[in-house]
Amino acid sequence: MLIKLTGGTVYDPASGIDGQQQDIYVQDGRIIDPPTDGRPVDQEYDLRGKVVMSGAIDMHTHIGGGKGNIARTLLPEDHRMDPVPRTPITRSGNGHAMPSTYVAGYRYAEMGYTACFEPAVLPINARQAHMEMGDTPIVDKGGYVMLGSDDFFLRMMTANKDQKAINDYVAWTLNAAKGIGIKVVNAGGINAFKFNQRKLDLDEQNSHYAVTPRQILQTLARAVQELGITHPLHVHGCNLGVPGNLETTLNTIQGIDGLPMHLTHIQFHSYGTEGDFKFSSGAAQIAEAINSNPNITADVGQILFGQTVTASGDNMRQHANHRFASPNKWVCMDIECDAGCGVVPFKYKDQNFVNALQWAIGLEIFLLVQDPWRIFLTTDHPNGAPFTSYPHLIRLLMDRSFRNDMLATIHPEAQKMTTLASIEREYTLNEIAIMTRAGAARIIGLKDRGALSAGNWADITIYTENADRQAMFTKPDYVFKDGELVVKDGQVVKVTWGTTHIVKPEYDLSIEKDLKPYFDKYLTMKLGNFKISDDEISEDGRGSLTAHPLRGAA
Amino acid sequence: MTEITEVPSPFCGIGTDDLSIQVNGVALKVTSNGCAVNTPAFEQAVTDTAPRVAGQSVSLAAAASKAAELLRDTNQPLFSGCATDVNGMRALLSLADKTGATVDNINFNVARRNLLALQDAGWMNTTLAELKNRCDLLVVVGTDLEAFAPRFFERYLWNEESMFLDNTANREVIYLGKKPSGDASTSPTGRKATVLPCADADLPDVTAALAALVKGNLVLAQTIADIAIADLQAIADKLKTAQYGVILWGAGALAFDQAELTVQTLCNIVKDINLQGNRCSGFPLGGKEGDQTANQVCGWTTGYPARVNFARGYPEYDPYLFDTQILLNNGEADVLLWVQAFNSAALPPKTDLPTIVVGRSGMTFEKEPDVFIPVGTPGIDHAGHAYRLDNVVAIRLKKLRDSGLPSTAAALAAIEQAL
Repeated sequence: MLIKLTGGTVYDPASGIDGQQQDIYVQDGRIIDPPTDGRPVDQEYDLRGKVVMSGAIDMHTHIGGGKGNIARTLLPEDHRMDPVPRTPITRSGNGHAMPSTYVAGYRYAEMGYTACFEPAVLPINARQAHMEMGDTPIVDKGGYVMLGSDDFFLRMMTANKDQKAINDYVAWTLNAAKGIGIKVVNAGGINAFKFNQRKLDLDEQNSHYAVTPRQILQTLARAVQELGITHPLHVHGCNLGVPGNLETTLNTIQGIDGLPMHLTHIQFHSYGTEGDFKFSSGAAQIAEAINSNPNITADVGQILFGQTVTASGDNMRQHANHRFASPNKWVCMDIECDAGCGVVPFKYKDQNFVNALQWAIGLEIFLLVQDPWRIFLTTDHPNGAPFTSYPHLIRLLMDRSFRNDMLATIHPEAQKMTTLASIEREYTLNEIAIMTRAGAARIIGLKDRGALSAGNWADITIYTENADRQAMFTKPDYVFKDGELVVKDGQVVKVTWGTTHIVKPEYDLSIEKDLKPYFDKYLTMKLGNFKISDDEISEDGRGSLTAHPLRGAA
Repeated sequence: MTEITEVPSPFCGIGTDDLSIQVNGVALKVTSNGCAVNTPAFEQAVTDTAPRVAGQSVSLAAAASKAAELLRDTNQPLFSGCATDVNGMRALLSLADKTGATVDNINFNVARRNLLALQDAGWMNTTLAELKNRCDLLVVVGTDLEAFAPRFFERYLWNEESMFLDNTANREVIYLGKKPSGDASTSPTGRKATVLPCADADLPDVTAALAALVKGNLVLAQTIADIAIADLQAIADKLKTAQYGVILWGAGALAFDQAELTVQTLCNIVKDINLQGNRCSGFPLGGKEGDQTANQVCGWTTGYPARVNFARGYPEYDPYLFDTQILLNNGEADVLLWVQAFNSAALPPKTDLPTIVVGRSGMTFEKEPDVFIPVGTPGIDHAGHAYRLDNVVAIRLKKLRDSGLPSTAAALAAIEQAL
């Protein structure tokens, strides 16, 4: 079927197109050049006056894996307020903070998103992450595999294994767990918590392994680079949420020796200790560090006010933060000599000084980082806020008067501690398209996604131009996924199943000579039973794998 | 004849995956690493191969069509048992969504003791590999661990080497409540477990006293349920000084009213020790007959564990109202679908309602159900996934033989197709 999208105003930063009126042709799931053979168009959409972007990509959202399911199970009262009935084409479920997988897929698609990446796939829990993502309709998905607190890796570090051996282990794990990137959460800290360490600074040693977070980050960032994995090492830093962690974050940036590194939910890592409450914004220094270090990218992890639940691999910090749990119930787990998790419900309040300033810090970072290709729009769903709040967040970024109106309502002491009111910047549609499409596809390493030039997969979102950007981004007119119309007027009209994006870096098989006895002696599963096979993704008849090229390879 | 090695088991809950199984046609023989739970479960013969409607052999399509007819135009279908693999639960929830059914897992009344504690206060728990490598003190509360999982000690306590203990034989095991039925808890060097026995019904008092002692509160009584307070104080002291203490309980054994409060007491002891500056973790048993699997899949599909009702067109959760037996007793259901792919001895509850059974081959019924579809067992007749008791690890089940039996997922999909 040949589809023509006629006359829309196109924002396609990957192709350098910033708001030009253009026709787009789609056939067999992909965008094609305008046909020259005169064959008839089967379906035409008149998009005059409408905004056309590629499908949005959420590069950091907790949509699949055990901690999410703990969060769901922990909070039945949160689901009860947001039931989602079935329709002739969609499944029922429940929403709000940690929605059921079907509802997550529909709601992402209804906001114009066509791909989501789970940032904390524990290798031992990767099956569950893939099964949950396999039940998340319409959107494409993928995951970053967590390393850095697993005992095998730390034993390698202590034994001074060379970088090549580390690289083999990283590549082996990425293949076995089927991820597209490598994530580190509180480097070594999850492990240190099992030895009863309650905090771990960048240069503090794990009491058993005598390895520091800085060494872990350097080693894994190097592995990612040497293996040619496009997505930089995805780092959840040390000291999440701790006043003064600004210094840790700046040191982390300096300590990575220029290697590519992505700092996730950086808002939670940008706190100073000034002022009457010994809690202040470090956004200016953090933004300056990002601006002056081109190897660094970040997503914000914006908080927005209301009830949510935080679900993290960082059980060390989650345990420390459990005293803020609202409602007062929380879970921490140590997991399989692999990692851990912590689930703590949070209610961010605009009249709470700390929460209000967190809100302002996130926005300051968005607005002070100059290069939209290196900063990404996230709430670290559901940790800062549920992903359904993105349209509101986009309005805060694009509409200064709206932002200042909101600012005037938060805790008065927090208003005094932020420079937000003086920041004039308003994001443009092109910058939003960079942050949520072109830049995200580039940083994840997605081939043929996040762009609207011929050859790309036809993931396309069409909005009606509206000065109220929240209204505009809440309800797209049309969303196409792989060339099929899946959403019309903000409602799912067809349910399709996206692919799972992975990379398959090569490694020396001899790494299994070390791994097999380790599994036999210390773990609870045979090595052969640990590795996820391709048919586990595809045997339900709707899943598929898409392997992306490594850097340097075409 | 072939031999398949490194076979994972969905039966014991602890995810043993080192079994060797000889396959001779459809006959299976466990040749190594079997146990009293796994060996009979794997070796059970295939008897039924054809679906039946009113006792007469029919095709799968005909059985599915009859099942669909029974489900059509009902007011409150009840899907119970729900003992199957991940894909089986996916198909069950899809059918339930479409028919507005109640979904109730066979072990929910047991799992509820844990879930209510979780949903009220949360917990700090650990998993098998952490236990295997770190645990130097295991406190077993109210459960006969080796009867539950015969190889638990061999695999996870008396392993030859661990990463963080000099000698695994030095681990200390303490039983509180039920006595162990055998000697599995005796270390390889002959060190016996400490046993502080009491009746199940006394566990609320005994654990409350232990909790008070852990908090440092004064307890005036000298004994609780014939256990000396000094002995409980010794447990509290050991938990506070252990390198990695673990408190293990089996909710199934806590068969008294409001046992969730006892679970919560144990979870609070764990939290308190962590707050006082030492590490300690909880470890709930479970994982049998697909209970964790049902709760996990239902969790991500509906947001709730596996006792939900789709009658309003969306899932609602109530840990009490949607109990199979209560719905049957009150006449609140009008058709029963029983799904049990693991255990052919687990039969549907007695009822006069029209009954569809999707069950493991070999079920013998007192009263023939309206429709019986014998299905393969996950991990024997088809590949699949099942959750271990520690709830984090999904094991990849293997297909061992070609029995021709459909999977639960295939049988339920056929019914949904026929609706």
